[in-house]
Amino acid sequence: MTTPSLSSLLMVPVNAVMRIIEAPLRRLQKATGIGGMAAFFLAPNMLIFGIFVLLPLVINFVYSMTGGTAFFLSERDFIGGAQYSRLFECQNYLDPMSCQEDAFWTAVGNTFWFVVLQVSLMILTALITALILNRELAARSFWRAVFFFPVLLSPVVVGLIWKWILQRQGLLNFGLYQFGMDPYTWLTDRNWTFAATIGVSLWAHMGFYALIILAGLQAIPKDLYEAAEMDGTKPARVFWRITLPLLAPNLLVVVVLALIKSVQVFDEIYVLTGGGPGTSTLFLTQYIYETGFASALRNPGLAAAASILMGGVLVVLTLIQLGIGRRGESKGKR
Amino acid sequence: MGEIKLTDVKKSFGALAVLKDIDLHIRHGEFVVFVGPSGCGKSTLLRTIAGLEKVSGGEIEIDGKRVNEVTAADRGLAMVFQSYALYPHMSVRQNLAFGLENSNMPKAEITERINEAARMLEIEAYMDRRPGQLSGGQRQRVAIGRAIVRRPTAFLLDEPLSNLDAELRVSTRAELAALHGRLGSTMIYVTHDQVEAMTLAHRIVVMRAGKIEQVGTPLELYNEPANRFVAGFIGAPHMNFLKAEVVAVSAGSATLTFAGGYRADLQSGQAKLQVGDKVTVGVRPQHLVVSGDPQHPAAKLYLVEALGSETVVHGDIGGEKLLAVLPGQQRLNAGDRVHFDLSKPVLHVFDDNGHRLFTHPGSGG
Amino acid sequence: MGNVARFILRRRGAHGSGKGWHWTDVFTWVWLIGGLIIMFGPAVWLVFSSLKTPAALAEFPPSILPYVTSQATVEGYDKPLMLYNATMPDGSTRVLAEVRRIGLVAQMVDPNAPGEIVKVNINDRSPVRTMSFATNNYTEPFVHFDFLRYLWNSVFVTVVATLITLVVNSMAAFALSKYEFKGRSLAMLVILATLMVPLSVIMVPLYSIISTLGLFNSLWGVILPTVATPTGVFILRQYMLTIPDELLDAARMDKASEWQIYWRIVLPLTAPALAVLAIFSVVWRWNDFLWPLIVLSRRELYTLQVGLSIYSGELNVQWHFILAMTVVTMIPVVLVFIFLQRFITTGIAGTGLK
Repeated sequence: MTTPSLSSLLMVPVNAVMRIIEAPLRRLQKATGIGGMAAFFLAPNMLIFGIFVLLPLVINFVYSMTGGTAFFLSERDFIGGAQYSRLFECQNYLDPMSCQEDAFWTAVGNTFWFVVLQVSLMILTALITALILNRELAARSFWRAVFFFPVLLSPVVVGLIWKWILQRQGLLNFGLYQFGMDPYTWLTDRNWTFAATIGVSLWAHMGFYALIILAGLQAIPKDLYEAAEMDGTKPARVFWRITLPLLAPNLLVVVVLALIKSVQVFDEIYVLTGGGPGTSTLFLTQYIYETGFASALRNPGLAAAASILMGGVLVVLTLIQLGIGRRGESKGKR
Repeated sequence: MGEIKLTDVKKSFGALAVLKDIDLHIRHGEFVVFVGPSGCGKSTLLRTIAGLEKVSGGEIEIDGKRVNEVTAADRGLAMVFQSYALYPHMSVRQNLAFGLENSNMPKAEITERINEAARMLEIEAYMDRRPGQLSGGQRQRVAIGRAIVRRPTAFLLDEPLSNLDAELRVSTRAELAALHGRLGSTMIYVTHDQVEAMTLAHRIVVMRAGKIEQVGTPLELYNEPANRFVAGFIGAPHMNFLKAEVVAVSAGSATLTFAGGYRADLQSGQAKLQVGDKVTVGVRPQHLVVSGDPQHPAAKLYLVEALGSETVVHGDIGGEKLLAVLPGQQRLNAGDRVHFDLSKPVLHVFDDNGHRLFTHPGSGG
Repeated sequence: MGNVARFILRRRGAHGSGKGWHWTDVFTWVWLIGGLIIMFGPAVWLVFSSLKTPAALAEFPPSILPYVTSQATVEGYDKPLMLYNATMPDGSTRVLAEVRRIGLVAQMVDPNAPGEIVKVNINDRSPVRTMSFATNNYTEPFVHFDFLRYLWNSVFVTVVATLITLVVNSMAAFALSKYEFKGRSLAMLVILATLMVPLSVIMVPLYSIISTLGLFNSLWGVILPTVATPTGVFILRQYMLTIPDELLDAARMDKASEWQIYWRIVLPLTAPALAVLAIFSVVWRWNDFLWPLIVLSRRELYTLQVGLSIYSGELNVQWHFILAMTVVTMIPVVLVFIFLQRFITTGIAGTGLK
């Protein structure tokens, strides 16, 4: 009992600091009252928030109306809506190549198809996984962990793992070789690469959505199923008439959440394909990043304009999510 | 010293007035109980005295000094909370020491005070346990101990017994009374239980809807309730209220007719009455006397509760409910008709607004 | 044993009787086993690959485990020679070292008797392979490249950002859960609104702010924009709302200052939620990629994620080093996953936040 624990040793310097700042803080409280202390507690977070989130949000609009390659606002010229008209200048809106800013429209088109395919496959696989994990299963937490495992991996690690697997001497070609097929250079084929980006992001994030759906499934009262069993309801009917309707609000939230994340797709794909081959896997965030920073002809104003357009989509999606959340809440209260 | 004076104290949350013009003078060493139904403002009043709520108007003085602007920490008071509010992550000893450490007391004195309080409250055996490992009664003692070590000018207790079971509540009540005797400090105690108020208080403050209805010793409130609310609130079971009308007035007495037509002559003292006044007559269930005279109003019983030492009967008299506590064991059944002599018991007569007009002393029984 | 097997293989069965295999049982197990292979397989493959020599990595078809072909120094030859198991015409096998190969015939010598050349058809010989772990895949990048530096940068960013996040978020959550003041709902609304603002939307102006503050090419420029997480404020505030206000009042009666109430009462009682936030924060900051990529342009400042991505994007990728460093980058997250998985899954299920 006399040997102090490691954590208590670690707390010694912290407690010393606390003793030192205690007196001035007490004087501050005397001077400002309890209400003033509330402001004091809130201040650091709001300050950082203000500088690094709110302020950028505001000046993003200003940025999008300026031109030039300089980064400091004072060195940039005001050009009004020129960046937006540049983004929207197209001869034929269905053909990105006819637009002045063809990379943007390519990125929009790629992102659109990515979102549609990835989210629908994501919801389907996550729902199946959640339904399976919700069965009476031995070692359920182990199986849950299996599907959840990739969620924590960093996007760079995910990208590199799959780059390694999909390369010419990779595991996938080894598998094909075992079945007597010829190896293939997957990441140089436009269609296969696009498919790979969807597959990899499914692999990396499916467990997260499965977990949320699973929580929704487990929130459905067991006695409903028992009642259905007493009524002799067929399992398929139980699924369509009990599970799915009761899961619907949860599922809607998951869909919107998946949409929000999917629109912003970047990290693991950037590492996996770098946007290539060509521009076949160039997505919006990468377009913004490259236009704003990476390309030789960088144009921060154009990047800002594109990011505001993307932000608009995200705001709409988030408002839908909040709306669903609120409705679910008021339902729960009743 | 522990003298607390409230003058014209007001408190409102937004548009809602919770305390209205509270005037109260609590003397040193007094045990004062605030009692009233929930939502009457008694806890808010206690919290404004503590300094946890700011008053919206009026003045609070402690030992002659105005403390409106003084923070809770510096008023020199200690409080025992309804939930005990023991710090769950600290041992009993640390819980007791926390307040003393905050006022930079020397370690030796802290230890001495804690040991003294622990001895007094018999909590020495579990000084190193956490609150979560204690029973409700033990936690309650620790909460009181935390107040005692501070040696406050006054103790504020917010429904401290309400989380204990009935048996423990009775024994702890007695211990609290003894503790007050030993410490001799001022105690202000909030409860909604009038039995607690009656047994503990020197003076009771009855509150309703943010106002003080009456202040007095327990027996004053029992014998001379200022109004119908106090009369109904103090005493268990509750007082019966019967409607009546004044039909004749003479010097020092009045004749009332009850619903059902029964007439009674009552000693009205100095009360100013007029023929035709509608009044309410209050009679405590214990004061009702069964009469053999068929002239007396009859109650039809619908429930008889034999408790052994006494018999509680619920009846219906002239369309009004009547409850009587009769001594010993009575041979009565539901459905029986029982006559009560309404001029014999002590009767409190209230006017239309509920104020007491006079009390008929009764004629024993 | 029978009971265990029955438990593990519990299934719906025909007519829900638990006997026989209903199609949903088959599907469940196909999905689970398939999931096991697909989810863990790539990571396991990565770990095995990271232990292979560059030569073994270039082989096709690849071997699963890190094998290398054995070599031997033979008297009379300058270079080490490859060892093969050769099948002799009489059916016996010998271990021989290959001197050279001419067409379909390999000229070989017995390492123990180097004088005599043995001719063997190349279809009759197979390499002698032994398991060998190329541990210098791990040591080299630390010693000769900057990876030790990157590792340190990542650890610094993760630890400092997490500590600041915990302090700053918990202070804000305390103010928002335990005080009534004007503008509280406005503050809540602002924080809620920022949930909608991902980095990708504000990276251009944020970059200019970071530059103006002189934080470009500084680890603080990576740390500061990330610490005021709305998620953290929400998790902590929800938890603090469950701490009874009477406890704070009791502390006020006990002469505690508001700071002491925060530090000595509320914070210790919020420990479970702080733990969840700490875990999330560590994973987030460790995995951050895009923002460090923008802010850090000097090699010695790279975090592991940025360093890895830059190295893997170079023209002649040294895969053996990249794979090993990928494993190193993965290790902390895997440890978190193994030991704290329960916290994380309940945290996500409870808040729906990643």
